[in-house]
Amino acid sequence: MELWELFHTFFHMGFFSFGGGYAMMPFIEAAVTKYGWMSPEQLTNMIAIAGMSPGPIAANSAILIGYSTAGISGAILSAFAILLPSLILVLIAAAFFVKMHHNPLVEAMFYGLKPLVTSLIIFAAISFAEANHLVSLNGSFRSISLWIIFALSLFALLKLRWNPIYVIALSGLIGITLYS
Amino acid sequence: MKERWKALIEIFWTFFKISPVTFGGGFAMVPLIVREIVEKRKWLDSEEVADVFALSQSIPGSVAINSATFIGYRIGGVKGALAAMIGVSLPTFLIVLALGVSYLFIHDHPKLEAAFVSIRISIVAIIIYAAIKIAKTAIVDKTTFFITLAGVPVLFFVHPTTAILLGALTGVVVVFSKKKMGYKHKKSKDPAKNPDYFMGAGI
Repeated sequence: MELWELFHTFFHMGFFSFGGGYAMMPFIEAAVTKYGWMSPEQLTNMIAIAGMSPGPIAANSAILIGYSTAGISGAILSAFAILLPSLILVLIAAAFFVKMHHNPLVEAMFYGLKPLVTSLIIFAAISFAEANHLVSLNGSFRSISLWIIFALSLFALLKLRWNPIYVIALSGLIGITLYS
Repeated sequence: MKERWKALIEIFWTFFKISPVTFGGGFAMVPLIVREIVEKRKWLDSEEVADVFALSQSIPGSVAINSATFIGYRIGGVKGALAAMIGVSLPTFLIVLALGVSYLFIHDHPKLEAAFVSIRISIVAIIIYAAIKIAKTAIVDKTTFFITLAGVPVLFFVHPTTAILLGALTGVVVVFSKKKMGYKHKKSKDPAKNPDYFMGAGI
């Protein structure tokens, strides 16, 4: 049953996987809530591990969620499910040699799709911030220090142009120093 | 028969070697693919590879996996496509799995829990950073700005699939009605010439 839920979720997601892994977070969150696979904190941890690993973040997340939900077979099935749509569509495009990127209809679709992908990522940021209690500023040491870490992370990414992987690594070290 | 297997293994191995470099979805892979596929093995010429990258972005999924699959197909048909896809996915699959297994094994450790308290907040920052990066290529005029703005509250009520379909539909309606009314539709920049952000490139 869980295997079918995993397959169905990631196969479906594979067909709409535009704009990179973080645009897929609303899909993943919807499924995780619906099927009760894990808590929002656990999900954020999984996303962090997916972002630290090489390879596409969407597929990495699928593998991790598959593994923690149903073991090795869950991981394999989820990877297969999210790759299958790409395989099908690449084969169709290759076989018919469709030059989709010059097609005016496809261009028009992407004109509307790209801004919506931006909305998806903004939505993901809002729901992750809420799930991880970033919005509840209550003056405690923890809450204030988390806001500072958040601001420093953004600064490192936007101004210092750090690779996200270094941000995650350094943030982990700060966490160990402050919260253990 | 033996020859065919040899060719498939060669495709598999080529992408297997490139794969662990693809942090964040794949754009780092482009120069490596050009070197391996075009210069070393001469499977495709550089123009064909450029076409493959452009097309791989209009297909859902990671650019790295899509272009590998595509190149595999051009070299060895459907079996070549499978060999390339498995080759490019297997190393990262194993690395992620190893990290996931070790995480689940020690996630109760207080030090790791403490690390993740901070990491979770940084992930929120990384997602915002991803949004800003894609906004730079997605928001090209007032219409696209409005779609982004309207999309966020809409997502509280509809499933992401519906929202994506609505976005694409809005794009088609806007572009074609602008054309009908005689407005010139601003063509978006060719993403192949704008390597800062590729659709589907992760970040």
